[in-house]
Amino acid sequence: MIGLTHYLTLAAIIFTIGVFGIFLNRKNVIIILMSIELMLLAVNINLVAFSAYLGDLVGQIFALLVLTVAAGEAAIGLAILVVYFRNRGGIAVEDVSQMKG
Amino acid sequence: MTLTSLAFYLFATVAVASSFMVISSRNPVYSVLFLILTFFNSAGLFVLLGAEFLALILVVVYVGAVAVLFLFVVMMLDIDFAELSEGFLQYMPIGATVGLILLLELLLVFGASSSLVDANPLPQATPEGMTNAEALGRVLYTEYVYFFQAAGAILLVAMIGAIVLTLVPSNNPKKQNIANQTARTRDEATENIDIEPGQGI
Repeated sequence: MIGLTHYLTLAAIIFTIGVFGIFLNRKNVIIILMSIELMLLAVNINLVAFSAYLGDLVGQIFALLVLTVAAGEAAIGLAILVVYFRNRGGIAVEDVSQMKG
Repeated sequence: MTLTSLAFYLFATVAVASSFMVISSRNPVYSVLFLILTFFNSAGLFVLLGAEFLALILVVVYVGAVAVLFLFVVMMLDIDFAELSEGFLQYMPIGATVGLILLLELLLVFGASSSLVDANPLPQATPEGMTNAEALGRVLYTEYVYFFQAAGAILLVAMIGAIVLTLVPSNNPKKQNIANQTARTRDEATENIDIEPGQGI
């Protein structure tokens, strides 16, 4: 029988893969953004699993809000990336410090 | 092993494998496609958990909007990705260490705290005789309506911000200049040309 622990373990594995991805692709902002999406997805799996096993719908409401914020974050992040690419001609993360005013 | 367990293990295995491929692919286009696969499998897991509405929203929002946005950006920017993935193996040891420690900690916490929940099955999240979307809507539009409005405001701000950031001011804006329009006279705006028959201009 599949219990809450199974879902939590799965979410932990996906979250860890997201963290690992940030370390692994330190130069590539696009992959870093995708890793953040993976981490948010793991959080959503956690929320929905708790919602299902505790019999409370609020977890699903919260997952919906997390989904909204993730969509906005991806849009803004990619927009910043496009502007940065236009100014610099590349997306190397090491040079991002020049963005400070 | 019931069908539910089988489906869980199938979805979970594919989700973990494809999310690992997301971070280890050399080509970001493949990464995005594996991200889409991960989202589809997570949607399957949500269906197993009885959250059909969120599963569909996950497919619509993530696969339909976010992943396609990623795909557009990856294809639009002319980037040498081979150069970017140079230090790939250099960061492997520290990344693996941090990841393993984090995973062990999370699993320890879950193993210690969730056995209680598994032992006591609680009532269903979705009430009897009601679909998941209906139950979610009844809560979302009443008790959590302010959060719902705030989510809408966040999306609006994100949309305006993305447009403002990426908008390039045009050199030749097609705007109406009323001063120029009214300053025109008949003499400078029109011209009488006497064309010979059969010649054209």
